[in-house]
Amino acid sequence: MEYRTVLTTCTYCGTGCGLLLEVMDGEVVGVLPAKTHPINEGKLCIKGWNAHEFIYADGRLTKPLVRKGDTLEEASWDEALETIANKFAEIKKTNGPDSLGCFSSAKCTNEENYLLQKIFRAAIGTNNVDHCARL
Amino acid sequence: MEKFKKYIKELFESGEIEGFLGIRKNGLHPVPHLFTPEHPEELETLTIPDVRYPMTEILLTIVRKYPDKKLGIMVRGCDERALNELVKNQKILPELIKHIGIACSADLAASCRCAQPYPEEIHYGEKVAPVEDRSDIEAIDTMPQEERFDYWMSEFSKCIKCYGCRNICSMCFCDQCTLEDNDLIATGQAPPAIPIFHLIRAFHMAGRCIDCGLCEEACPAHIPLRTLYRKVRESMSGFLGYVSGTEGGEKDPLEFLGSEGYMVPSKIDEK
Ligand code: SF4
Ligand code: SF4
Repeated sequence: MEYRTVLTTCTYCGTGCGLLLEVMDGEVVGVLPAKTHPINEGKLCIKGWNAHEFIYADGRLTKPLVRKGDTLEEASWDEALETIANKFAEIKKTNGPDSLGCFSSAKCTNEENYLLQKIFRAAIGTNNVDHCARL
Repeated sequence: MEKFKKYIKELFESGEIEGFLGIRKNGLHPVPHLFTPEHPEELETLTIPDVRYPMTEILLTIVRKYPDKKLGIMVRGCDERALNELVKNQKILPELIKHIGIACSADLAASCRCAQPYPEEIHYGEKVAPVEDRSDIEAIDTMPQEERFDYWMSEFSKCIKCYGCRNICSMCFCDQCTLEDNDLIATGQAPPAIPIFHLIRAFHMAGRCIDCGLCEEACPAHIPLRTLYRKVRESMSGFLGYVSGTEGGEKDPLEFLGSEGYMVPSKIDEK
């Protein structure tokens, strides 16, 4: 019999509310708002309250998919990253770095966002950097 | 605090309880946790902060999976009122649940405006005086009717339909929630229709609400929900003589209809 809570940050938007995942016997069963969190002070929106629901959702992607012909096929991370790197290199070579761009996400951490813009600016050489929060 | 931890350890060792639902320190944050005899070392992180989590709501989550376990639970005055109501509604068995009583600090009692900031038996803390304060109700009761209606409508119009008030409430234990009944409240649509959304909940809280105020603390829109439920609580005791949260006796008089009392009539007709 185990019930514990894991303090984490809501992944749904850039507000960054603190929430507690309720874990029973290794299974995430619910969410509680973190009462002492400076951002949300014990409150959540409806997305935060249900932030655990996708964890066991059938449609959740747990492995990368690589398009082969008309179908998306499960692949290893190595294979997926290699495919991306090769395609990027090829596009940059034929059409120039400004033919590439990236969308980062309010659902990522600051550090992840920093890394994505860095790889596009410094490694690829374009300022085409944007984010989903503009939608 | 050391004495308190030792007391819990003894309850584990004697087998009187098989788990203790309390609060532990997680860095700077106090968070709910189920301490167990298998991990007595975790009791080192046990803490009793001036922060309230819905302990009885969490207890229900655990009891649903482990109905036969003997559990201890940290209870403040409000948690004890909740447990009393849960017993009357057959959600928990009193012989399996041990109340480990905490008297709230004067600060907490004041910020909660709590009419009973301590449980019957106290294992930690010193009793402080109850706070009798119905200024919130009075302020609204003295408004002319039209103004009062406008006041509530303007408050309800801030609702973002997060369901936080319902989710955090240990008195919201129905299997089917009327607030998710498409015939009454359009599902998948925000904001909700007002005032029906809030009035349905207020009606259901009559005879159940134990005035802990957790709903209001959880409301991102700062709607004075507690004032509303305090008012229905007063109406219940005034008109029907029922004060929810008291120990023993009959369950709330509105329950005589059973769970169907809360459903829309058309559904009853179909049967
Ligand atoms: S709970 Fe709502 S507001 Fe808070 S981070 Fe999640 S999605 Fe954003
Ligand atoms: S907690 Fe407040 S905003 Fe959320 S559903 Fe309840 S009344 Fe509406």
